Amino acid sequence: MSAGPLDPKTAPAFPMAAKAAMGDSQLRSNVRHATDVIQAKRARVVDEMPDWQALREAGKQIREHTMRHLDFYLEQFEANCTRAGGVVHWARDAAEARRIVVSLVKASGSDEVIKIKSMTTEEIQLNAALEAAGIQPYETDLAELIIQLGQDQPSHIVVPALHKNRQQIREIFQRTMHLPNLGDQPQDLADAARLFLREKFLRVKTGVSGANFLIAETGGVCVVESEGNGRMCLTLPETLITIAGIDKVLPRYQDLEVTLQLLPRSATGERMNPYNSIWTGVDPADGPRVFHIVLMDNARTEILADEEARQTLNCIRCGACQNACPVYRQTGGHAYGSVYAGPIGAILTPQLQEMHHAQSLPYASSLCGACYEVCPVKINIPEVLIHLRNKVVLQNTSGIAGLFDVEAAAMKAMAAIFRSERRFRAAQRLGRIAETPLVRKDEHGLGWISWLPGMLGGWSQTRDLREMPKETFRDWWEKRSGHDN
Amino acid sequence: MRVSLFITCYNDTLFPSTGKSVVRVLERLGHTVDFPRGQTCCGQMHWNTGYQAEALPLLQRFVDQFRAAEVVVIPSSSCVAMMRDHYPKMAAEIDDVRLTADVAALLPKVFEFSEFLTKRLGLEDVGAYYPHRVTYHASCHGLRSLSLGDGPLRLLKAVRGIDLVALDRVEQCCGFGGTFAVKNAAVSSAMLEEKISAVLDTGADACTACDNSCLMHIQGALHRQHTGVRTLHLADILAGEEEVQA
Ligand code: SF4
Repeated sequence: MSAGPLDPKTAPAFPMAAKAAMGDSQLRSNVRHATDVIQAKRARVVDEMPDWQALREAGKQIREHTMRHLDFYLEQFEANCTRAGGVVHWARDAAEARRIVVSLVKASGSDEVIKIKSMTTEEIQLNAALEAAGIQPYETDLAELIIQLGQDQPSHIVVPALHKNRQQIREIFQRTMHLPNLGDQPQDLADAARLFLREKFLRVKTGVSGANFLIAETGGVCVVESEGNGRMCLTLPETLITIAGIDKVLPRYQDLEVTLQLLPRSATGERMNPYNSIWTGVDPADGPRVFHIVLMDNARTEILADEEARQTLNCIRCGACQNACPVYRQTGGHAYGSVYAGPIGAILTPQLQEMHHAQSLPYASSLCGACYEVCPVKINIPEVLIHLRNKVVLQNTSGIAGLFDVEAAAMKAMAAIFRSERRFRAAQRLGRIAETPLVRKDEHGLGWISWLPGMLGGWSQTRDLREMPKETFRDWWEKRSGHDN
Repeated sequence: MRVSLFITCYNDTLFPSTGKSVVRVLERLGHTVDFPRGQTCCGQMHWNTGYQAEALPLLQRFVDQFRAAEVVVIPSSSCVAMMRDHYPKMAAEIDDVRLTADVAALLPKVFEFSEFLTKRLGLEDVGAYYPHRVTYHASCHGLRSLSLGDGPLRLLKAVRGIDLVALDRVEQCCGFGGTFAVKNAAVSSAMLEEKISAVLDTGADACTACDNSCLMHIQGALHRQHTGVRTLHLADILAGEEEVQA
């Protein structure tokens, strides 16, 4: 599969990448199957909740409140975490975060780390940085392990190997773990992974994790997972290094009562995650002796400053929008050129790039609204997509280059037409004349267009267009009511 | 009731028959239809594609044209969604107090066609006759922004002679999405392909919806693939009448 890391700075535009991805019929059927299964599970456990809509609203309120007072809660978290024996580091961007983590691992005296699944570490391509510094990272989440061993890239924020089926996973394990006779039953694969990982858990002295939530009130960090491998990474190593975006804060411990209902039901269709770990600093009696946490900005304060797009930061990374998205369903995650794929990726990725890259992503949506409908914290993704499209348009149409932008010219001309009824009628007449050379009669004698020029050619690759009727509605109306124009 | 019709730019140009059907149904129910002549477009295409500055004058225009209306009926779920989802915010954003107030006063009087029949008039049976096998596609904006729910289906069930068959994955987008169909033609086509095979699986003669833009998209592939299945707006079905023998 996709060899290099997913980097929005170098990734091809979405329409091209999507087209390439759709050529892989195995991938498409894997994605359809997996998203169907997760969606059905989610629907079951969401439908059984009488207060689901109230919970969503509560989740939204908590996240909005947090973002409004983010500076306050971050400092509160820092103070409480420090008091409990944690060491808090601040990173402005991905490069600084990588530097801090690498130097902390080195200081821990280890040249290996065991890792819990973390999209934030994927966002900053931490593994490559660790390897470059001579440190070997071991992914311990089953799906992340599959990705790492297969030299692949995550295609989903909750189920990173969603694009692989069981036979493909068996093939990766057979090849990389040297197990030629491995079976393809879930039990076989889980056993192989368990043996492979158990030895690492017991040997490696430094762990790296992400965070689902940071609790300002207590200075605690929360990670939820399904396998228990995360729990191993959080408890066995001597040194634990956590990296989290500054958006992960929650004000109070009690807020987990809302988020820990919303997240598992939305993410994996479970009523509760099998493993919910919360730790606060260090404890001499138990767990890691040294705990570092790196709080990373990496463009999040820019997003915070944009009033309309701010809701992007409310995301709790459940992946429900990806499973519900009919576009993601066709393409899978890699086409988005970012570790954040699907609807959340389409709004988050370009903003993390401060709109310098990934400008095609806000357009990677039909605005059907399925994402908004399932989002547990009610992020109005279509609204943010439209807002970002406007930013892209303003970028593309400013300055001299804007004068030569074909789409902008067409859009402006259309707008001028719609501003006047007279011009609109003239355009309707002109349209009928202009399309005439393209119209062909079908077997019923009806006129159809099956080829369109330029930008519109995308339509006619797979779709015909009826010729325009001879009479518009308003012409008919005026004739009928007896006053001609 | 005096009903002001906002036909929408694309229905006016490409689907005048739907407008005629709306008039027919409303008049059959005893209402008077009025057509403000200065109307053009709601601004949806510009707004959704990112041309915010271009969409604003169209909002102003709509308000000017329909300010005096008793009710406004629009046979397009996505245009109504455009108004409900975005007009209040658009007006507020430019700090136009008067326009904001006008929008707030006008919006409660604006109805999508099927919504007008089921929610405003409380009707299900509008006296229609349509002896064909029909399947209904739930257009995204009608489904999610307007919460039309089963309103359109209840209207269809009351049609005499109709053989209504359920569409698999009825709530999945057909892949139109305005300029999306052109900008992301390959993905859009793949989404459409799923919709088309679901439509063909029903064995229906016709596929209907509350939005001709989705139907134009679905029709485009149904015709390209020589399926012989037609598309028509819900209003076109509800306008159908039994030939009365003289
Ligand atoms: S945007 Fe909403 S649905 Fe999507 S991952 Fe984030 S919280 Fe989940």
